[in-house]
Order: sequence, then C-alpha cells, then structure tokens
Amino acid sequence: MASSNGKKAVMAVTGAVMVGFLLLHMLGNLKIFLGRESFNDYAHALRTLLEPIAPYRTVLTILEIVLVASVVLHMWAAISLARRARQARPVKYVAKKSQAGGYATHIMRYGGITIALFVVWHLLDLTFGVVNPKGFDSAPADRMIAGFDLSRWWVTLLYLVAVVMVGLHLRHGVWSAFQTLGWANRARYKALRATASLLSAVLVVGFLAPPLAITFGVVK
Amino acid sequence: MNLTLKVWRQSGPADAGRMVTYKVQDVSPDMSFLEMLDVLNERLIIEGDDPVAFDHDCREGICGMCGMVINGVAHGEQRATTTCQLHMRHFEDGATITIEPWRAAPFPVVKDLVVDRSAFDRIIQAGGFVSVPAGSAPDAHSVPVRKEDADSAFDAATCIGCGACVAACPNGSASLFTAAKITHLSLLPQGQPERVTRAKAMVDQMDAEGFGGCTNTGECTAVCPKGIPLDTIARMNSDYLQANKK
Amino acid sequence: MKFVEGPEIRDTKAPEGPIEERWEKRKFAAKLVNPANKRKLNVIVVGTGLAGGSAAATLGELGYNVKSFCYQDSPRRAHSIAAQGGINAAKNYRGDGDSIYRLFYDTVKGGDFRARESNVYRLAQVSVNIIDQAVAQGVPFAREYGGLLDTRSFGGAQVSRTFYARGQTGQQLLLGAYQALERQVAAGTVEMFTRHEMLDLIVADGRARGIIVRDMVTGEIERHVADAVVLATGGYGNVFFLSTNAKGCNTTAIWRAHERGAYFANPCYTQIHPTCIPVSGEYQSKLTLMSESLRNDGRVWVPLRKGDDRAPGDIPEDERDYYLERIYPAFGNLVPRDIASRAAKNVCDEGRGVGPGGLGVYLDFRDAINRLGRDAVEKKYGNLFEMYERITGENPYDVPMRIYPAVHYTMGGLWVDYDLQSTIPGLFVIGEANFSDHGANRLGASALMQGLADGYFVLPTTIGDYLAAGPFGEVEEEAVAEAEIKVRSRIERLLSVNGTRTPDSFHRELGKLMWDYCGMERTEESLRKALERIPELRKEFWENVKVSGTAEELNQVLEKAGRVADFFDLAELMCLDALVRTESCGGHFRAESQDADGEALRDDENFAHVSAWEYSPERVPVLHKEALEYDYVKMTQRSYK
Ligand SMILES: Cc1cc2nc3c(=O)[nH]c(=O)nc-3n(C[C@H](O)[C@H](O)[C@H](O)COP(=O)(O)OP(=O)(O)OC[C@H]3O[C@@H](n4cnc5c(N)ncnc54)[C@H](O)[C@@H]3O)c2cc1C
Ligand code: HEM
Ligand code: HEM
Ligand code: SF4
Ligand code: F3S
Ligand code: FES
Repeated sequence: MASSNGKKAVMAVTGAVMVGFLLLHMLGNLKIFLGRESFNDYAHALRTLLEPIAPYRTVLTILEIVLVASVVLHMWAAISLARRARQARPVKYVAKKSQAGGYATHIMRYGGITIALFVVWHLLDLTFGVVNPKGFDSAPADRMIAGFDLSRWWVTLLYLVAVVMVGLHLRHGVWSAFQTLGWANRARYKALRATASLLSAVLVVGFLAPPLAITFGVVK
Repeated sequence: MNLTLKVWRQSGPADAGRMVTYKVQDVSPDMSFLEMLDVLNERLIIEGDDPVAFDHDCREGICGMCGMVINGVAHGEQRATTTCQLHMRHFEDGATITIEPWRAAPFPVVKDLVVDRSAFDRIIQAGGFVSVPAGSAPDAHSVPVRKEDADSAFDAATCIGCGACVAACPNGSASLFTAAKITHLSLLPQGQPERVTRAKAMVDQMDAEGFGGCTNTGECTAVCPKGIPLDTIARMNSDYLQANKK
Repeated sequence: MKFVEGPEIRDTKAPEGPIEERWEKRKFAAKLVNPANKRKLNVIVVGTGLAGGSAAATLGELGYNVKSFCYQDSPRRAHSIAAQGGINAAKNYRGDGDSIYRLFYDTVKGGDFRARESNVYRLAQVSVNIIDQAVAQGVPFAREYGGLLDTRSFGGAQVSRTFYARGQTGQQLLLGAYQALERQVAAGTVEMFTRHEMLDLIVADGRARGIIVRDMVTGEIERHVADAVVLATGGYGNVFFLSTNAKGCNTTAIWRAHERGAYFANPCYTQIHPTCIPVSGEYQSKLTLMSESLRNDGRVWVPLRKGDDRAPGDIPEDERDYYLERIYPAFGNLVPRDIASRAAKNVCDEGRGVGPGGLGVYLDFRDAINRLGRDAVEKKYGNLFEMYERITGENPYDVPMRIYPAVHYTMGGLWVDYDLQSTIPGLFVIGEANFSDHGANRLGASALMQGLADGYFVLPTTIGDYLAAGPFGEVEEEAVAEAEIKVRSRIERLLSVNGTRTPDSFHRELGKLMWDYCGMERTEESLRKALERIPELRKEFWENVKVSGTAEELNQVLEKAGRVADFFDLAELMCLDALVRTESCGGHFRAESQDADGEALRDDENFAHVSAWEYSPERVPVLHKEALEYDYVKMTQRSYK
C-alpha cells in the first residue's frame, strides 16, 4: 500500500465505496419528491436498519465509519501522491503546454479539495443543522426544505457548484479507477468513458433535482 | 527563416541554470530541429562560447537519445515525432521557441539540455527481461504465439526509452515507460513465468527512483513518439495488483 | 603514401577437416575455464550493440567478471537499434530449400568471394540458434496467423530466410540483448559504464590488458585493467561524414587498437546503400535509409534529357529513362545494392539527376498505385512513406520519391582469426568492428546475424580458451601510465590549438573528399589525389581546429574533435588499401577494372586475399596478405544481366 500503485488502488477502491454511497444517497434524496413523510421515513429507516437484530443506528454507524475511513484514506492517498508528484518535479517548466487537455490534472486535485470543503459545510448544514435555519432538532425534511429556501439561493448555488464538481471528478475518476485496477483495455476505453460520463450525469441531475425543486417552489 | 531561441543553459548539476536568448538566421525549412541547433552551435564555438549541449545519436527517431521540451511540449508539438525528426517547416518565420530539458527529479540535468536517464536502466534491471541464458533456448517454433498477441506485444515493445512520457507527465511518473516493457513481456508466453514478480519489481523500482505516481492524465501517450497506448498502464496495474495479492 | 609488404598470414586457427565439423571441433578443443576461476577473470567489453551487448551478457551469465562500456547514456542506444530490414537464419521453416549450406553459399557469393569459408560456414550454422535465443527472450518477431514465425526474402535472396520485426528488427533484437545485459548488471556479474569513451588500449607484456577511458560527464581519465579486452564498437562509415550511421559512430576504439599493433583488414570495403533520402542542403547532418523493400514495387527513373527541370509529373513516359530496367532486364529494379548504387551515380554524373544539386533519382510508385490501389500500397509501405514525408515535406503518393545512395556499412575492420582474436593476444574484436564474415560486400540482413553470432555463441567459447591460461596477474604500471599519458596529452593538444575552424567543418570536408575520391567509384587518380589532400587537411586540423570548453566537463566539441582526428588517419589507410587493390570487387569498384558492360571485374589471380595492414608510426604501413581459398564453393563472376 505504500507504493504509488498501492495508493492508487486505495483511491480507486475508496472512490468506488464513495460512489456507491453517493448513488444510494441520491436515491434517498429523490424521495423528497414523494413527500416529507416519505423522506423522513427513509431517514428514520436508515437509522433503524436491521433493528432489532442490531441496536438503533448500528448499521448506519458502521456505514458511516466505512465512509469516513474511505474519505480519509482517499484523501491520504491523494495528498501523498500529490506530494510525490511535487517532489518528482522540483524545477518547473518555463513553458508548459498540455497535450491531453489537462482536464484530469486540474479537475482532480482542486476539484477534490472543493468537494471536501463542501462536505464539511454540508454536514454542518443538513446533518448537524449547525448552519441550518431549523437547527439540529428538526425533521430531516424540514431542514432540507428550509435550507434550500429561495431566500437562501446562495446555498443552492453552492450545492450546484459542488455537485457539478463531483460530476467532473467522477467523469475522470470512474474511468480512472478501472484503469488503476487494471480492468481497462483499448477495446473497452470507449465504453468505460461513456459509463463514467453517464454515471456522473445521473448523479449530477439526481442530486440537483431536489434542491432546485425546493428553491423554485416545486416541492414545499 | 529567422528565429529567436530561448534555451535553458546550465553548466552542470551544481549550477542553478537560466534561460538564454539566441537569434538564429537563415534557417532552412528543410532542416531538422537538431540541425538548426547545430548551426547555432557552430557559431557559438567559433565565437568562443560554450555550445548548447544536447543528447542525440541516430537522428532517425529510433535510439531514444534525443529529447527536449520545445514550446512546452516534449519533443515539440508535432505528434508521434522525436526531436531529431522534427523539421523546421513546422515553425513560423520570426517565431520565438523555448527549449528546456526534461524536468524530473530522477532525471537530473547533466548540462544544458542533457539529462541523466539511468533510472530507466535500473527499472529494466529490476525485472524487464526474460531469464534465458544464451544457448538454453528451445526451438523458436516450439511455442506458437497468437498473431494478435505478438502484434500487441510489438506495439508496446517499440518504446525507445526517450523519457518524454516522464517529461510530460504532470506527476513526473514513469508509468508509460515501465508499463510498455511490462506489457511487451506479459503478452508473450515467454514472459509468463516471471510475469507478476517482474511487474512488482519494476514498479517498486520506479518508486524507489523517485518518479511520481500515475493519475491517468494521459499526457504521456499524447507526446510519446512511438504512440505507446495507455492501456499498457492498466495491464501493469493489473499485474502489479496480482503480485501483491500473492 | 608508401607501404611495405610483410610476411603473409598463414594460420587463421580454423580447424582442418570437413567444413561442417570445424566449429564442433574447435568448440571441443577449446580449453575450459574452471567455474571457480571465472569470477577471478576480468573481461572488458567495449560497445553494447548487438555484438557487445550479447557478448557482455553471455560472459556475465558464464560467471566472468565483466565491465561493459558505451558512449551513449544507455547501452540500449547502440546503433544496432537502427537496423530495419531483418536478420537471416537458415531455419528453413518455409521448406523452400534453404539450408546452412545455401546461406553459406549465398553469403560467400554476395561477398564477391572475398570472405573466409570457415567463418562464413560457422555463421550460417549458428544463425539457427540466434532465432531460438531471441524468441525465448521475447523478441516480438512478425508472426503468421497460425502463430508461427513469418519470414521474407530480402536483398534478392531466392529463399525466404529473413526474420523481421516490422521495420524495427535491429531495435527488437538489441532490446533483447540489452535486457539480458541489464539482468547481468542486476546480478552483479556485469558492471556498466555508460557515457564512457574508450581512448586507448593498454598492452602489457604483449597482451591486451585494459583500456583508458574518458568519463564523458566529468572528463575524468580512468584506467580499467582486465585479463582480456573485447572490442564491439561498430562500423566507421562516418569517415564519410554523411552516412546512415548514428552521429556518434566512430573509429576511435579500433584505430587506437590498430596503433597498438592490431592489424586492420580490408579498410576500403565500404557498402553504399542505394535507397537513402538525398541530401537537401549544406547543413545536412546525416542520411536516412529507406528500406530496400521499396524497390519491390517502386520504379527507378531519371529524365532522358540532361538538365530537364520539369516537374516529374510533366515528364511524359517516352522522355523517362527507367535505367535499371533498361540495363538489367532480368533483375530490373531489384539488382543488388552495389549495382543499383553505382547505376544511380552514373546517371547523376551524366547530369540527369534530380532534386537539389542533381543528386537524386526518382523512385516512383505511380504505376504501383494504379495497379494495386492506393490502399494496398499504403498497407505495405505506409510507414516508410510517412517517414519520407516527415523528412522531405513531400507526399510520395503524389510526387515520386527522390533517392540517392549513401554510405551504410563497412565490411573492413580489425583483422581477427577464427577465434575472433586480433593480432594482439587477448584482444578480441566482434560485430561490425572486425572484418571477418562479409568479404567485399554484405548481404542485407547479415550484419545482425553476424553481431549476434559473435556475441552470444562464438566469442564466449573462444575467449574461454584464451582465459583458461589466466588470470594474468598484475598489469605493469609502466604500460598503464604510458597509455594514460598518451591520452591526456592528446586531449591537451586538441584543446590548445585554439584555431578558427570547428571539428565538424573539418569532418565535413574530409567526408566530401572521401565521397568524391574514395566513394562509389575509385580510380588511381582520385585515390592519389585523396592521399595527397588528406595529410594537408590533417595538418590544417592540428593547426587550426577550435575546441571550446575544458577537458573537465561534458564537452561534446572535444569528443567530436578526437573522433575526427582518428578519421583522418583511417581515411588515409582506406585510400591506400583502395589504391593497392587494383581489382573491383563488391563494395570496392575500381573504374580501371570493369568489363565491357561496365560491371565490376574481379582479379582472383592477384587479389584473392585479405589485406591486413600493420600500423607504422612513420606512416609506412606494412601489408600482410592472408590468402583466401575456396574448397566448398566455386568462384564465379557475379552477373545480374
Ligand atoms: C540504418 C541502418 C540499417 C541497417 N539495417 C540492417 C538490417 O536490416 N539487417 C542487418 O543485418 N544489418 C543492418 N544494418 C547493419 C547493422 O545494423 C550493424 O552492422 C550492426 O548492428 C552493428 O552492430 P555492432 O554491435 O557491431 O555495433 P553497434 O551497434 O554500432 O554498437 C557500437 C557500440 O560501441 C560503442 N562504442 C563505439 N565507440 C566507442 C568508444 N570509442 N568508446 C566506448 N564505446 C564505444 C557504442 O556506444 C555502441 O554501444 C543496418 C545499419 C544501419 C546503419
Ligand atoms: C465524495 C467524494 C469523492 C468521490 C466519490 C471520489 C471518487 C474518486 C474516484 C472514483 C477516483 C478514481 C480513483 C482512481 O483513479 O483509481 C478518485 C480519484 C481522485 N480523487 Fe476522489 N473522490 C471523492 C472525493 C475526493 C476528495 C475529497 C478529494 C480531495 C482531496 C479527491 C481527490 C482525488 C484525487 C486527487 C484523485 C486522483 C485522480 C485520479 O485518479 O485520476 N477525491 N476519486
Ligand atoms: C445536492 C444534493 C444533496 C442533498 C439534498 C443532500 C442531503 C443530505 C441530507 C439531508 C443529509 C442528512 C441525512 C441524515 O442526516 O439522515 C445528508 C448527509 C450527507 N451527505 Fe448529502 N446531500 C446532497 C449532496 C451530497 C453530496 C454531493 C455529498 C458528497 C460529496 C454528500 C455527502 C453527504 C454525507 C457524507 C452525509 C452524511 C451521511 C451520514 O451522516 O450518514 N451529500 N445529505
Ligand atoms: S513510453 Fe514513449 S515517451 Fe516514454 S520512453 Fe517510451 S517511447 Fe519515450
Ligand atoms: S501522463 Fe502521467 S499521470 Fe499517468 S497517464 Fe501518463 S503517467
Ligand atoms: S537522435 Fe535517436 S531518436 Fe532522436
């Protein structure tokens, strides 16, 4: 795991875990269109998963731990690879021109940091309610609907930017993970790129639908 | 043609180095890039200056000795072309051209545009071979090889070890070079017995040399004069992960 | 230039008996080295091309303590990497009637009966093992759909015995040898010295005992001693300045060994390759080879009329001269290299050449495109067309290619016996650097075969016979110091001239002189002129060369100057050898010796011998002849009409 390839594999696996989480998360969020109750039930169900076999919030906590571990490992790998890269090129070029668009170079690291900052804000907002008008002791659906009120358009905007960033991150990331894990080859490249783009697009649309709907008053 | 060159000059590893501007006149469009530099150097020698040091040998795009970053692109913007095969007709009269050495910590500058690429040899030493002492080989026809495999192996085997991939990679990674050799041998039956140990040893050596990790940005393939494809890296990763599973 | 004749060379150490059994016999007779002793025996191998790379790797595998040297930054860059066409081997995988004997016969005949029978036969025998070895190493030779190796016929051979890896056979074979070499470096049996240039040979007590090298990065002069020295430093075609060789190819290593007593054999045998991209201007730094295979479908022509400067497309059919088809109706565009080259020169001399300076002929694919279709032509030659366009900026699908002959290979080199040992005991010479197997003309795809035969199979056996008597103990300090001082003072001398001309400008002038007077066609007059002019130019060089920088750094001007200095001395010997050999044979064409049709005329009566030259500091070289006898082939006059 200490090797650069090992770290890359860690990123790919943890990235995949996070992608899985995001897909479920997105589906959950979409429940808001089925009404506040449905959404609150879902939030509740998350916490009572596998009850009574496991106590309240056990499974969710385990999932959260896995998720946090993934985030931490993912970032650890990203940071140490970035540091390695910096050490590998101590003297910069006077002129440097990208020949492959430079997309991945720019989007992954800076995009990743943006996403990380967003998640912090996001947790304070919708999980802990610290920066949410409804505060912590409210129903999740209330927090959400209050949070994306038209008066707080800038929050919606923030989410918009962040989710697009996630989309861009994954457009390269998903393909990249296949490459890293050695499942890519020339014949599959086209299909993999398409899959990555499709997945990112689905996530972006799926994630943005609820906040936009709330902001523009479709969901009240 | 008349050109302005901004060339990286560095008298040795200890020198900090700097860009120096030169004018060259009457450049023929039929000259190769290196012949253009020859003309500059002939003048510098006569003027008692130190000519610009650069590596080159075959001047036909096969030995992998030449290489410089021209206007920010390894081997220049002409695709699938080594510096020695780049011709001046691709530049405009009156243009300013910046010329820099490969930049990577494992490729320390020796002088001007000359860098030390011995790290590549050490990566090969780590396992880039099939262990077969002379005289011990079976008849060449005893092991047939699928034509498709032989062709793909060949595609990877054409790497000339120039180092442009490292120079272009934003991470200073040697993945394309290393993957090319791993892929070449891993696609052939002769390479099977040592396949996973080879991948592990070579990747570990690449790390030990101080190259960066690959984040699949694809800059390397884009500048590679031999067009080594990106899926060689996937194959390297696959062999490497397999080695670590064991 | 004067010379004297010395005693003939009578014993080449080739075993007696039937030719098929000689190599077996020699192998069996060779003394073996006790495995425990091998570690104590040091061998220096200079050069990492096919010959040197394979030799160093194999000696390492055998357990010797090897030091390997090259002037490039990696052993993988030796000029063998540039070979395109392929490698011959008598595998007879096609069942088309090939055999060891046939390969042997073709090679001797191709060499215009100026090669040694025993050596060539051994080469043909060993060729079979080379392919096995390379395939086992993972060399990706071209294959057919059935998974077996593909072969093609090459250079006019009537059997299909050339194995190839697209147009990069040399590269793939060299990478195989290089990888084997790096494996030994990792194992600790070979120590690799890159960016080190050999500048002298250490001879002590009559044996080659080491070399003096310059570390090209720091400028340090180093001494390396050993029990035997192997030179595998390639060819010296760069004496002509413009050639298909890499820029760094030089004669320095073998020339300095020659100065120390190794005979130089047949220096005048030079191969000119007919299909190269012509010179485009004064600045030209090297010439690029276009594969010979182009002549399979391209038609060679020039305008019928002198000074016709119309665009090729505007010249009607009846005003074109397809001269190869006209003169050689049987072989047409496929005549051997030396013939095609000379014919091109002749039409250009008549003033009918095309392109800059009138030094070029057309190689036209118009008819092939009409007949086969553009796609088919592209499939066959696409990459070559691309290469041509990259260099010339002209698209060969629309306008005919222009080609011209260029210096390509040097058949001459240091004289070696059957064991590949030179006249200095302990100094072995392999690959293009020796003279041994190609006679006066090398067949296509035979140099790779020879380099690898020498390195993987022949030398490792024969050197053992020599080393069995070793280790040879301490090397006397006096001999080492003398060589070192010689090297140092030469460098100092080069740096101290501080004149007004660059080494390259001298090299260019020498090259032009050699091309004009000792090139494709040589006459007594031209050679005498050259012999007069070379010493003058050499004198000017030593009085007026400008070498910038110092000796204690990476100094490419200094490197160049040292090589050019040696080329002067070599050039002189080449001209002398060409002057003395008043016959035409293979790559050596004396205008005075031709038949009624202008074809090369051998003089077997007087010249069926190897000319081995002994160095003399007074510049009166001593000629030793080694008679060539043919018991297994009959000497015939080559004819391609
Ligand atoms: C363009 C081209 C195409 C060819 N195509 C074919 C072909 O298709 N088939 C074929 O059979 N042959 C071909 N040949 C010929 C063949 O490639 C060469 O003859 C052969 O590869 C020579 O191998 P070598 O090992 O003797 O020398 P080289 O490969 O030239 O190696 C010389 C080595 O010596 C080292 N060296 C030289 N001088 C010094 C010094 N002073 N100090 C230290 N090191 C030194 C160099 O660093 C290098 O490692 C071709 C040649 C050319 C130029
Ligand atoms: C929840 C959010 C995230 C998800 C779903 C995610 C997912 C992924 C995936 C799947 C990859 C591809 C791995 C590979 O190439 O093998 C990846 C790569 C990467 N991620 Fe993330 N990531 C997330 C957050 C972050 C964060 C917060 C950072 C910032 C520190 C980050 C930085 C990177 C970097 C630098 C790469 C490497 C680029 C590459 O592999 O091409 N990611 N990510
Ligand atoms: C824009 C649309 C999004 C909405 C509406 C949204 C909504 C929510 C809500 C309501 C919660 C709280 C759930 C609960 O406490 O039960 C939550 C938790 C969370 N969200 Fe989002 N989210 C969005 C996008 C994202 C994105 C893009 C990411 C990651 C990159 C993300 C990561 C998380 C995480 C890590 C949690 C904590 C989960 C947990 O504690 O179990 N969310 N989100
Ligand atoms: S992979 Fe391409 S760019 Fe990299 S060393 Fe090989 S040939 Fe050069
Ligand atoms: S450019 Fe670098 S990031 Fe990977 S894909 Fe190539 S090595
Ligand atoms: S000089 Fe050999 S590849 Fe450019």
